[in-house]
Amino acid sequence: MPEATATFEVRRHGPAGIVNIGGDVTAGSEAVLMTAYEEAGDARAIILNFSGLAYMNSGGIGLLVTLLVRANRHSQALLAFGLSDHYRQIFELTRLDEAIGIHDTEAEALAAAGAA
Amino acid sequence: MSDMEQQAAARDATNWAKKVSTLNVSEVPEGAVNINVEGKRLASPLQGFGKMWQKTYQVRLPAERVAPGELIATWKQRFPEFWPEGNMFYGPLTGIEPGEVALLNMTLPGRMKLSTGVMVLYADEESFTLMTPEGHMFAGWITFSATCVDGETVAQAQVLMRASDPIFEMGLTMGGHKQEDRFWAHTLSSVAAHFGHEDAEVDTQVVCVDKRRQWSRWRNVWQSSAIRSTLYMLGAPLRGVKRLVA
Repeated sequence: MPEATATFEVRRHGPAGIVNIGGDVTAGSEAVLMTAYEEAGDARAIILNFSGLAYMNSGGIGLLVTLLVRANRHSQALLAFGLSDHYRQIFELTRLDEAIGIHDTEAEALAAAGAA
Repeated sequence: MSDMEQQAAARDATNWAKKVSTLNVSEVPEGAVNINVEGKRLASPLQGFGKMWQKTYQVRLPAERVAPGELIATWKQRFPEFWPEGNMFYGPLTGIEPGEVALLNMTLPGRMKLSTGVMVLYADEESFTLMTPEGHMFAGWITFSATCVDGETVAQAQVLMRASDPIFEMGLTMGGHKQEDRFWAHTLSSVAAHFGHEDAEVDTQVVCVDKRRQWSRWRNVWQSSAIRSTLYMLGAPLRGVKRLVA
């Protein structure tokens, strides 16, 4: 399995769990991402902060799909902010934007999650 | 911008396909049929109908025989040659490059022919990903990769998919999954054989990521490449007569 170089730091903001993503997200990041998801616990919404993302390959996009399935299973909304123009386009190309709410700022994402 | 940020931006631009709203086939090679690709949108597993599956097929080769980069370069270059007989991959002349669209003629059970295609979503030195258009058998993508693990080069094909519509879901349940497993096992065996490892064993792992079917997506059946391919085949005599008259 490829080495994981991504970091996922979790913090709670009311009913939302915010995951700060850093580094390179690849298929090798699965274990650390899922640990972060578990840390977010019973949050009503999971908000992914991509401001610190250096790079993501197609394996990373696949991970987001499986994360979304897990969140849906637990009736949790999945939102994102801090995406660069490039990754916003990748979300549109892969049609992840139809299921993951994309916002410009943390405040907007929190408001959309009802956690402002 | 720091050096690392510049490198990441360069990788972004080089490795990912540019955003498109619908697919465009620049050239239709002889023998290929472009009835289920042109003008179609891409479909991720989120837009599919059936259960979501992650299927991983792996074969291990001695690292001294081939390095991951060399394996992927060869796989990209000779991609169609590793497929089972009766299935055609009409890749673009430029090869497997991000954003390129390839047409496929597949053989399904009952000798049924299916015309469809894929777009190269992502490609780097150690992996590449093909994504399917709406109407394909499944909605999702396949990532081909090679990594070095414990002194071995592990070649892998990983599919993340949902059947596109209820008919394909039924087909997958009634033997389609097994056929797909055989397809990719054959492909990986052929890759291993190409590097002189004829008897390499293919390891298959299947995980049901989501047991739920997305019933709201049943209308995907109107885009079905199987139905459209069948109608196209049935219309062949008529097209022949038209050509004679013209």
